[in-house]
Amino acid sequence: MIRLFIIFILIISPPCLADATTRPPEQTHWSFATPLGTFDRSAMQRGFQVYKEVCSACHELSHIRFRELSALGFNDKEIKAIAADYSIKDGPNDEGEMFDRPALPGDSFPNPFPNEQAARASNGGAFPVDLSLIIKGREDGANYVHSLLTGYGSAPTDITLFEGKSYNPYFEGGQISMPPPLVDGQVTYVDGTPATVDQMSKDVVTFLSWASAPELEARRQMGLKVILYLIVFSMLMYFVYRSVWRNVK
Amino acid sequence: MTKKKHPQRPSRPLYDNPVSKWIDKRLPVFTFIRHSLDEYPTPKNLNWLWNGGSLAGITLLIMIISGITLGMHYNPDPADAFNSIERIMRDVNYGWLIRYIHVNGASFFFILVYLHMFRSMYYGSYKAPRELLWIVGVLILLLMMATAFMGYVLPWGQMSFWGAKVITNLFSAIPVFGDSIVQWLLGGPNVDAPTLHRFFVLHYLLPFLIVAFVAIHLICLHQFGSNNPSGVEVKKSEDQIPFHPYYTVKDLYGLTIYLLVFAGFVFFAPNFFMEAVNYNPANPLVTPPHIAPEWYFLPFYAILRSFPDKLGGVIGMFSAVSVLFFLPWLDRSKIKSAAYRPMFRPLFWVFILNCLILGWIGQKPPQGWYLIIGRLATLYYFAHFLIILPVVGWLERPLTVPSSISEYCKREHNRRKK
Repeated sequence: MIRLFIIFILIISPPCLADATTRPPEQTHWSFATPLGTFDRSAMQRGFQVYKEVCSACHELSHIRFRELSALGFNDKEIKAIAADYSIKDGPNDEGEMFDRPALPGDSFPNPFPNEQAARASNGGAFPVDLSLIIKGREDGANYVHSLLTGYGSAPTDITLFEGKSYNPYFEGGQISMPPPLVDGQVTYVDGTPATVDQMSKDVVTFLSWASAPELEARRQMGLKVILYLIVFSMLMYFVYRSVWRNVK
Repeated sequence: MTKKKHPQRPSRPLYDNPVSKWIDKRLPVFTFIRHSLDEYPTPKNLNWLWNGGSLAGITLLIMIISGITLGMHYNPDPADAFNSIERIMRDVNYGWLIRYIHVNGASFFFILVYLHMFRSMYYGSYKAPRELLWIVGVLILLLMMATAFMGYVLPWGQMSFWGAKVITNLFSAIPVFGDSIVQWLLGGPNVDAPTLHRFFVLHYLLPFLIVAFVAIHLICLHQFGSNNPSGVEVKKSEDQIPFHPYYTVKDLYGLTIYLLVFAGFVFFAPNFFMEAVNYNPANPLVTPPHIAPEWYFLPFYAILRSFPDKLGGVIGMFSAVSVLFFLPWLDRSKIKSAAYRPMFRPLFWVFILNCLILGWIGQKPPQGWYLIIGRLATLYYFAHFLIILPVVGWLERPLTVPSSISEYCKREHNRRKK
């Protein structure tokens, strides 16, 4: 209600205060955007591949554990193999030493940098955000991230880019520290899907949308049952109400 | 005696059982239940807006139960608070359900309470002899605001942190003692671990105070019973029906409809009332470009920012709530229901519109036209209470009020037939 009211006001209000340098995200159709929609499993797997081969070089995914990848359709053996590719700092052991070991399904995705300072030092002072909540943490998140990943371009003549920045009209202020992360054919999809920038971006956004809200499908399934139950229950209560009140004039 | 028009419950003891008898003699709990359900007479013409009270009470219960469950998994430490919420969302069994119920429950609680208050304003429910009932209600609103504000800080997201900073900083406007008070509230020079910890403790405590005030609210209510859409007090027995089963059934039916809407949000749009930016962990070094409180504080936030200086804004914001305490005496009209008050009725809707405008302005930066509209709306908000209500009560020529509730029902019945 309130938001509808605000949207209504926004539509009729003069655009004098709109931020001219930031473009609103392009709208894309997502399989999970409809009320009963689900995540496309093959897009999620491809998206995970993009995260693993591209994004994870800088961005952490700290809220996801390897075992949760079963939601993408991987079986226990595949998950163990995926986890074993990562190295986890564990310890101290009985000698008091920290040691590296291959990750197990119960571990979270390790941080690519030991700490924030190290991350900033390797990225020209910018801090690559944790991607676990990137979709939920941005207004119109899925469309925003997709627009951002595919929206790089050359800066208009009236904008002078700062050192180490790239032009992206969807990023607030238009200047982003992340260089264009995707180029056509950057990954080789196992299922043979052509790896265009648009395709990779859509896939990784599907994967990250799941990472933001892994409960989404279970929530909607339960919601459907709850709503159906309440419809029947409210109808019964309506008849009880009418029958109790029938003589009140 | 007039013959009974509708089936009354036969007066039978609720406690045939000797154990119940024994207990009731020492602790009259069964007598109390019977008195407040079976024997409690209620006007027969209450409309659907009178469901708001019981729904708000049930929502309070839902909030307490879901809140206690969340409290078992939440960690009020700045280093872990945000992560512990994510653990609840991801690792705790049905944690997402409990948290989304709690988050949306807060917004629904305010929707219900605001509707409940607007209903009281429209039908003059705050007028004699129900002034204290209204005042206790405003105290409940204040407690709810404090609870909601502190609850919003707990997830330790960006808006949690900066909201806490902005709101606690308001107290620094108090002359002489301002800065000391802020430091005392925060438990240190800045919003940090001591702040989060005490907010968690108080957020857990205040709802139980709300329960106590709800009990007082109910005692006040049961003294004279509910007001009703005609605004005429109950005069004869045919004006009223026992609360049970009539209103228990009506409240339960209303509850199922309410839960349908509530479930719609919890399961299909759980973040509708949330700011996306609050899913980013608190960062004391990065101020979000746009700090706004939750929607239910926006009208008061707009009033705060309409004043040119900080102290004025703080006084204005607190007055905006405090003025409600005096409403029963500011409204000079003896007629309760707006249906018979031709001058007040349109002005009531203007007041509602003005509240919505204030809510919209609360979202906007305080500059240019927004500031001017905000100031006019603030002025009108206070004028409504301090000038319009007293003057209208004096100027207005009310329509003929029905002689009784039964007379009102007959009128309504005929009106519907046409």
